[in-house]
Parts: sequence; structure tokens; C-alpha cells
Amino acid sequence: MFQSFLIKYAEIGVKGKNRYLFEDALVQQIKYALKKCDGEFLIRKTQGRIFVDAQSEFDFDEVVKRLQRVFGISGICPVVQLQDEGFEKLCQDVIGYIDEVYPDKEKTFKVAARRARKNYPLESMEINAKVGEAVLRAYPQMRVDVHQPEILINIEVREEIYLYSEIIPGPGGMPVGTGGKAMLLLSGGIDSPVAGYMIARRGVKIDAVYFHAPPYTSERAKQKVVDLAKIVSRYTGPIYLHVINFTDIQMYIYEKCPHEELTIIMRRYMMRIAQQIACETECLGLVTGESIGQVASQTMQSLMATNDVCEIPVYRPLIALDKQDIVEISEKIGTFETSILPYEDCCTIFVAKHPVTKPSLNVIRRHEENLAENIEQLVQAALETKELIIVTE
Amino acid sequence: MEVYLDNSATTRVFPEVAQEMMEIMCEHYGNPSSLHLKGVKGESYVKYAKEAFARILKVEEKEIYFTSGGTESDNLALIGCAMANHRAGRHLITTQIEHPAILRTMEYLEKQGYQVTYLPVDDEGRIRLEDLKRAIRQDTILVSVMHTNNEIGSLQPIQEIGPLIKRMNPGTLFHVDAVQGFGKFRIYPKKYGIDLLSVSSHKIHGPKGVGLLYVNEKVKIHTISYGGGQQRGLRSGTENVPGITGMARAAELMYAHLDQDTDQLYELKDRFISGLKKLPDIRINGRTGRDSAPHIVSVSVRGVRSEVLLHALEDKGIYVSAGSACAAKKPQPSATLKAIGVERELLDSTIRFSMSVFTTREEIDYTVEAMHELIPMLRKYTRK
Repeated sequence: MFQSFLIKYAEIGVKGKNRYLFEDALVQQIKYALKKCDGEFLIRKTQGRIFVDAQSEFDFDEVVKRLQRVFGISGICPVVQLQDEGFEKLCQDVIGYIDEVYPDKEKTFKVAARRARKNYPLESMEINAKVGEAVLRAYPQMRVDVHQPEILINIEVREEIYLYSEIIPGPGGMPVGTGGKAMLLLSGGIDSPVAGYMIARRGVKIDAVYFHAPPYTSERAKQKVVDLAKIVSRYTGPIYLHVINFTDIQMYIYEKCPHEELTIIMRRYMMRIAQQIACETECLGLVTGESIGQVASQTMQSLMATNDVCEIPVYRPLIALDKQDIVEISEKIGTFETSILPYEDCCTIFVAKHPVTKPSLNVIRRHEENLAENIEQLVQAALETKELIIVTE
Repeated sequence: MEVYLDNSATTRVFPEVAQEMMEIMCEHYGNPSSLHLKGVKGESYVKYAKEAFARILKVEEKEIYFTSGGTESDNLALIGCAMANHRAGRHLITTQIEHPAILRTMEYLEKQGYQVTYLPVDDEGRIRLEDLKRAIRQDTILVSVMHTNNEIGSLQPIQEIGPLIKRMNPGTLFHVDAVQGFGKFRIYPKKYGIDLLSVSSHKIHGPKGVGLLYVNEKVKIHTISYGGGQQRGLRSGTENVPGITGMARAAELMYAHLDQDTDQLYELKDRFISGLKKLPDIRINGRTGRDSAPHIVSVSVRGVRSEVLLHALEDKGIYVSAGSACAAKKPQPSATLKAIGVERELLDSTIRFSMSVFTTREEIDYTVEAMHELIPMLRKYTRK
């Protein structure tokens, strides 16, 4: 029955002269999202709206599911396209449409017509009134409510006539690519993929960096991170995943620094490395999945110690969320089941039994001086041997 | 150098086996149940495989049933016999160190109202005949004991168990999971009093997804899957002709030079163990020498987590298992290692090397060298 979708967009509508940039980005993202769908689609921008027209057979549920992953879309309206075969036929079609979409007729409704084609014989107000009458005649149990109708029947008269009433909610946010690019520190856990998702939802393109520590972490742990990036890329588009071999740095810290401070110092080096890659790849900030107090390395004191080495902004979208909230989002976006696979990541292997929870910045800085001899070299080597994986769905 | 020492997990397929399977899949792909010539050709391959196994095991062709592998063979043997013989009794006996294909099936039977006795093992992984003797009751319908343990390579006294069971209770059936032992030892069910025997193809350089169950013709057994009635109705489903043929060819190749090959494996095993023993603070689990499987060496390395050692070896091209591969994806301590009394701290520090006929002396020396290099290094970095 439906051959098109009208795409309602969220905040783009209020952007001023840049609006076309947002709309073009949204069209691009929709194209990307539908690339793997069966069928041909035409995506067009007309008069302040975006339509997705199916040019062939397609799977309705699949298309809706994919559109629901495109940030910037606030609603997806399945549209019936009608040939203009006179007003009588239009009324019949509306009645038939209501019967199909709303088996239960105990509903209030309103007709909202828009006459884009000005040579149509009836004006918008006339269409509203006459179609409304016809519906009431066909279904006496329905009632008109012009203020808060349960069903809003939209009729748009163009070359063809578009009929729609349902709005399927989209993910909201802004189209990816309109907000610059950021570097996500991606581990195999629950939090970081969610953090990437949330920042991307604000229109930010995401690159990612993963630290692995063979032989302490396995090829499967790395594959798990690639799999997580793949799931996130359903929403964000292709992700450039930089894989850093962190083993030598980790060992060196292990040898030279107090064991309770290992995790903090390690994280400081992860931040430094991520920052360096970010700057080389035109990222405007770092993204982490940190949340206050979740673990020893995420207390306010620890965050301060980690943040100390960052010169570009660090975005922490989960900072004030509870674990349960984060788990719910990860279940919703589909990363949870992969996140909980039991492979060790490099943050857990050498973790002390009693790591510091309130590190002092000065102490950490002083202990880091123990690394002076070789650390620059090791960081350089890690950057030089980094592996780039381009992850797409 | 690539050194594959995970042959108890699975083995490389013999090239001539792969070649023949390719021909069957592309040319002689007829369904053995079809009446036309192509069907007859397919049937002839299955017949050939039955003859081969009847020869190797010294049993009748009609006592060979092809399955999808060791797990299905074990399931069919236990569930099929339990169902067919429940009037004679509802008691079964097995050991604490069986493969999950046995242990999980036994747990299922317990839920169905059967009683199961799990025999303990000594610190070398062998059951005591006294324990078995005491466990056999009037209502014991089946005893299932593995031939060769997959984790530590311990051997059970199969040849003594068979007669013992029949002496205690002539009605009790004897099932042997020979997945790790077949292809390494000559096993003659009729001579040893074995009523049912499970074999898997991919442990003997055959393809995956195929195995067999020997069922003595006198055994009462029910099917556990229903369909077209192939294989005398015990195991319906179109026969996996390429797989079955591949398994039979692989078995023939294994048994063609069995004595020579096992001699060589024992020699390599001795060489390997004496190389490893030069390392401080390691423990070889289970027996060594001719009293153990020729191809399996289980080693506990104090202070080194098995997963880390595994990946460090992998980095040098050496492939091994942590505990046993079938359970290794689950972070659960091995039941076998616990049963032989490996101390808690070592449970997570145990790896298994398993060799095959392809394993060379150079590979073993290279692996010993790698262990000597890696272990002192890995011991330096432990969780404090």
C-alpha cells in the first residue's frame, strides 16, 4: 500500500541559512542507510521536506528499521500515493485507507489538506470539509476533533496526491557529519559504544581508537571491538578504527610505577595517544564512556588526573548516567550482547587489587617521571605501528 | 614457523581425503536412497565405509551407524539406550572426567528420572575398578567410560572394565567414548566387551560434521530422531556421503601405519616433556609414557595465566589450547583438572599441547625453546 515515506526532521527545521547543509547531510545519511536494503529508492528534497520514494518492490519493515537509525529524523510517515482521478475517487480512497490502517473506528480525527498544485479545483479548506463529511458518512462512530485528533489525516495535493496519517518515531538528533568529528576511545565494554552513539546523535562523525595488548588480550577481544564498531556504524556511518598495540607501554609502566597507580597512568597515556591521532585526523575532541564513580579510575579525582593530559575537549556523554541507564541504551542500540562477551581487555589484566581511588595529581605526575627514559620512544613506536580498520556495516 | 599443536581440538584433513570428498560432492552426489544409478553409486560409498570400519573395529557392517559427530554418537548411545532399557532399570554410571557430550546428556537423563553415578578418578585421571565394581547395581543399565581423556590424555582400563561389568551384571551395557582414542589405539569392541563405541572423524584427519556409533547387534536402543528411516531407522536423514567416505579413508590411513606412528608420537612426547621439565615450577598432568595417550600433554605453569601463554605462543606461530578447546570459550575451571586434584591456583594456568602424525621433531624443539623463552618473561608480569 505505501510507496513513499515522508521524513520529518527534528531540529534541522530551526537552523537558519545553514539549513540546506543539514538537509543535504540528512539526505546523504538516508542514502547510506538504505544502501543495503532490497529495492531502489529515490530520495528527494522538495519544498522543505524530504521524501523517500520506493522505485521498486521493497520490505516495509526493513526500510523503517533502517530509517529509524538515521539521526536527524524525528518521524517517518508512510505515504500512500494516489493518482488524481477526481475528488469522488479521493474520498473513496481516504475511506479505504482509514479502514485498512485503523480497524478500530472509535477514534477522533481531523483532515489536514495542503494544496501545493494550485490548479486543483478545490481549496485546502474545502478539501478538509468535504473529505471529513465523507469519512463521517462512511464511519458514523468516528468524530471530528480539530484540536487534538487521534488521527490526523494529511492530504497533499501535488502532481499526485499524498495521503498519510501515521508518524513512526525516529531517533531525533542531528544528521551525522553536521557537527564535526571526534575520536572515541573504544574498549570492549558496555559504556564506550553507547558514548559514541550519543555523541554521533548530535551530528558528530566518529573515529575510534582501540588499545590492545597481545598476548594479554586476544585476537577475539579485538574482533569484539570491531564487531561493536560495526554495530555503532549502523548509526554513524563508516568508522575509522585505529588499533594501537599498547603492550610495551603497559609493561614499562608496570615496571616503573607504583602498581596502585597503573590504571591511572595507563589511561593518561591512552588519552595522550588518542589525542595525537585525533589531531592528525582533524578530530575536534575525544569521547569516552566514563561515568562518575563507576570504577576506581572514574572518580572525580581520577578523572581529573586523566583529564590533566588532554589539551582538546573530552566529551563524556555518560558522565551522570547510572550503569542501568547505560545498559538500557546499549540494549536498545544492540551493542549489549557483544559487550558482555567475556574477553579480557587491557584495562583489566594488570589491574591492582586495591587501585587508588583518590589519586593526587602531583604524585601521579611525579611518578610518571620514572618513565622519562623510554616512554616517548615507546609511544612513538605505538603510533607508528598502529593499524587502521575501516569499519562499515 | 607454524606449529599446530591443537590436534585434540581438531586436525588437518589428509589431502587425499579432501580430494576424494571433492569428487563425490561434484560428481557422485547421488542420494544413496535414490533408485537410479547415481543413487547406487552414492550407496556404494557408504557401503565401502561400513566395510572399512567393520574391518578396523572387527565388527559387523550392520553394527556401524554414521552420525554427525562424537556429540551425536554419545547422545544417541546414552539417551537411546536409557529409553529402550528403562524397564530393566534407571541407573547409569559414568566418570567425573567425561567430555561434556556425556556429562550434559547424563544431566538431561537425571532430569528425566534416571539416577547417575559419577566415578571419581585418581590423581592420574584413572578410575579405580573397585569403585566401579561397587557402583554396579541390579538396575544399572549402562556404564559409559571414555577411552582417552581429551584434556590430560589419561587412559582408562577399558579392557578390564568390559569383563568386570559383565561379571557383575550381564544386562548392563558398556559404552565407550573413543573420540580421542580411535586412530591412536587398536580398539576391538567385541574382544573388550564394549557394546557401544563413539568415534569422531575430525580428530583423525577426516572432515568435521561426521562420526559413527558402533552398536552391538544385541543392544536394545531407541532412535532419538525421526525421519526417512535410513540406517535401519536408528539414524534417519540422508547419509553424509562425502563426510562418511572421508572419515573412512582417514581411518584407513591412520591404521595403515599405526604402530610406527604411535611409536613416533611417544618419542616426541617424551622429548617434549623432558624439555619442559627443565623449567622450574611446572607440572605435567596425568601419566606419561606408554600408559598415556601418545599425543596429549597437559602442562600447568605456575604464575602464568593459560590464556596469556596461549596468545604468546600464538605470536610465535604455535597453536595450543587452554584446558580443552570445547570448554575454553567459557571461563569455567575444567572439571577434569579439578577431579585429578590440580590445585586451585593452577586450574587457570594449564595448557594442552596435542600432536598428530604431521608433528615433527623440529616443531617440538621449537616449541620447547619458545616455552623457555616466554615463561620467565611472562612470570615477571603478574597481577599483584
